[in-house]
Amino acid sequence: MEKKLIFSGLLAGAVGGLTAWIFALLFAEPLIDRAIAYEDGRAAAQEALDRAAGFAIPAEEGGDVVSRGIQSTLGLGVGLFAFGLAMGALFAVTYAVCLGRTGQIRARPLALLVAAAGFVTVSLIPFIKYPANPPAASNDETVGDRASLFLLTLVIGVLVAVIATAVGQQLKLRLGTWNAALIAGAGFVAVIAIALLILPPLGHLDANVAATGAEHNTETPRALRDPDGTIVFPGFPADVLAEFRVYSVAAQALLWAVIGLVFAPLADRLLRSGQRPGVAPPQRETVGI
Amino acid sequence: MSSTTPTAHTTTAATPLVIPTSAAMTWLMGTTALAMIVYYFIGVEQGATAIFNGAQVHEFVHDARHFLGFPCH
Ligand SMILES: [Zn+2]
Repeated sequence: MEKKLIFSGLLAGAVGGLTAWIFALLFAEPLIDRAIAYEDGRAAAQEALDRAAGFAIPAEEGGDVVSRGIQSTLGLGVGLFAFGLAMGALFAVTYAVCLGRTGQIRARPLALLVAAAGFVTVSLIPFIKYPANPPAASNDETVGDRASLFLLTLVIGVLVAVIATAVGQQLKLRLGTWNAALIAGAGFVAVIAIALLILPPLGHLDANVAATGAEHNTETPRALRDPDGTIVFPGFPADVLAEFRVYSVAAQALLWAVIGLVFAPLADRLLRSGQRPGVAPPQRETVGI
Repeated sequence: MSSTTPTAHTTTAATPLVIPTSAAMTWLMGTTALAMIVYYFIGVEQGATAIFNGAQVHEFVHDARHFLGFPCH
């Protein structure tokens, strides 16, 4: 059974990953192009400033290891497809563990609930505190801190979700399903909200405070100024940032929705066939005996 | 049943009670580990940390990494 569930999860994840790929080709790539155009323009403006100040200009680094043409099509697709497979696999494992341990929720609704939990813990909670950024909207020096904080939000979300589910199952015996679910859900939201408030904003990281001289909320590139304080290149375009983030979280909602919806009927069929082991095989197959 | 000495005829009959749970655990744990490795290579490798030298993995999945919200450049 667990093998069949895992296979179903991989199938659902593959469909979800392909869906996310098509979505990303349509909505993400135009924004990534605009972000890279900003990056190039800003680099040129910075170089002009450095030249005027008499700094040595570092030699141009060798070309891209992987061309932009590959990155924006095949690389994007392989990345999203593999991510879909991985999430489909984790989804199936979670689903298998939940079976028989989360009350009498039936196969298909359980699939949608597990998919919703996957979206909230893996995608949404990290996104709320540390949202997706297009290229050139982050500080390279903080990538280690940002990766740690991003993964920390994910781990906190998963742990608190597991605890809330277990607590909810206990409360259900005394309070009934509805009240237990409400209390466990409210507790989950409260603990996550507190954790996200405690975690530092990216602008407060040491490297960013050192670079900007102040505790800004984010590390999004601000306008580039010459020594007189005149703006020579604008800050990162707000529209590109906002649209990229909306599409990022939408793509992940889409991915998890597809995983849940593809998996639900597959699991329903698997569990129905598994529920009646004593039922005689169909008439046609027994005729020859 | 499960305590009978394993002989050619009884092993297959005696073990099924025990094997399914541990076999299921192996499959579930193995799947989880593989999925986490894939997650790592798409989201983190050759960024914050690196197992392989160079930037091929990072560059190839670069756009997916940004779009999925992983920290990058
Ligand atoms: Zn990047």
